[in-house]
Amino acid sequence: MSLYSSAIIAGFGGQGIMLIGNLLAYAAMRQGLNVTFMPVYGVEMRGGTSSCTVVFSDEEIGSPIIRHPQGVIVLNQPSLERFQPRVEKDGFIIINSSLAQANQADTGRLRCFAIPANDLAEKLGNARLLNMVALGAYFKALGSLLPLESAENCLEQVSPGQSQSMLSLNAEALRAGYAEAKAL
Amino acid sequence: MEDKKIFIRGNEAVCYGALSAGARCYFGYPITPQSEIPEMMSKAMPEAGGSFVQAESELAAASMLMGAAAAGVRAFTSSSSPGVSLMQECISYMSGSQLPAVIVNMNRGGPGLGDIGSAQGDYYQATRGGGHGDYRTLTLAPSGCQEAHDMMIRAFDLAFKYRNPVLVLGDGVVGTMKEPVRLWTPSQINSHAAASWQVSGAAGREKHVLKSLYLLDGVLAAHNRKLQEKFAAMRAETEAECVETADASLVVVAYGSIGRIAKSAVRLLRSQGLKVGLVRPITLYPFPDKVLQDLAEHGKKFLTIEHNCGQMVDDVRLAIRGYADSDFHGHMPGAVPAMDDFIGPIEEAARRTA
Repeated sequence: MSLYSSAIIAGFGGQGIMLIGNLLAYAAMRQGLNVTFMPVYGVEMRGGTSSCTVVFSDEEIGSPIIRHPQGVIVLNQPSLERFQPRVEKDGFIIINSSLAQANQADTGRLRCFAIPANDLAEKLGNARLLNMVALGAYFKALGSLLPLESAENCLEQVSPGQSQSMLSLNAEALRAGYAEAKAL
Repeated sequence: MEDKKIFIRGNEAVCYGALSAGARCYFGYPITPQSEIPEMMSKAMPEAGGSFVQAESELAAASMLMGAAAAGVRAFTSSSSPGVSLMQECISYMSGSQLPAVIVNMNRGGPGLGDIGSAQGDYYQATRGGGHGDYRTLTLAPSGCQEAHDMMIRAFDLAFKYRNPVLVLGDGVVGTMKEPVRLWTPSQINSHAAASWQVSGAAGREKHVLKSLYLLDGVLAAHNRKLQEKFAAMRAETEAECVETADASLVVVAYGSIGRIAKSAVRLLRSQGLKVGLVRPITLYPFPDKVLQDLAEHGKKFLTIEHNCGQMVDDVRLAIRGYADSDFHGHMPGAVPAMDDFIGPIEEAARRTA
């Protein structure tokens, strides 16, 4: 069986969705995999809806656009309502329980994980770390498919210049999300 | 050889490819979904020792392109659908004057201003010349970032080989998606003796005249015959990707980003036992009609899938006429399709043609 994984990451514009999408894609590339990253571009702005799709595989990737992903990260309530029904059967969902209602998780159909990403980020000292916390939880759900270290090792490459001083804090947030993700 | 890949958008891949191909002039005007091209060129082109100009309009950008081409410089421009429409006058003049240039179109929804999403509604414009008069532009259709990079290198080579504008026709998906890309530089840049025609100052030699106006009786006819011979010679460049066509009973024909989305659908249906294959035209002009005709002769049925209301399907039907017809599935511009959207139409076409 070949290795193949698809993910949609969704939330408000400004939550750092494109950054963790890039980080996930970059980590997969560094593992020698094929990867596609597809942003939903256009009229997005801070506070609007934002999402991206990441596919990685050890085989050639056909479609970079995925309607029914194997996994999703939802960082707010509207994204939970919109994307949860689209997750492939036996797929998984990471719910930011700080901003979305984890009790709406479709545990009968999916593997569900809750992570209070905003709260954990604030505990770590910077509310903006919520995206990294959520991505850490995603790596937990991925299991052996991709190690968390692969993301930690790529932080420097994908972080914009002004965030380079936060590399170790970002890595800490990734690990916190990985450790604190709760299976529902 | 080192196989180092960088993770970039299709729009950035276009820029790297152009620089590797020796492009030293870029003229353009921003428009979604290709604005990363002028953005990156504004920095990278001067760093490469070339010139970047943000023109006051697409019409001006195309005019600047024609000027650079006449000087024998490797130059390109890029835009998206409405902007490429504005360039058509100059593209016709460049073809008529036999000038080499590369034009990138990251196709968005139309007609008119349409939307800023991905679409394939410019197929006719790209493959029929686009402007006035009897001319054609070689048209390459990348389906991803590596191809976008590699096709820029090929596009410059073809433009100078045939002394004709070459179009690279991507779309919003190809331009904005990111993939790992292996950068490379061709071992030599073949300018195909630009010295024999370029306008570079005529001191001490016969003057070179580059024009598309031929008023004397019979001269334009002779010029057109020469151009037609050139367009016929371009057929040597025809290219298509064939996936599992050998034993297929139904062949899906799709290009660009839609080609790779269709490839996912074809692979899935194959794994479920459906004898379906894919032809992805890589050159849209010249169109790979021989590939399709051979398959039609072997009794295959056809389904053309496009992100428009039906354009390339005309070329498919022309290619297979006498042997077969092609069904058509069009995904309406205004929304981007996923693999799932193609499963039903392919299954249905397979049933109908069984």
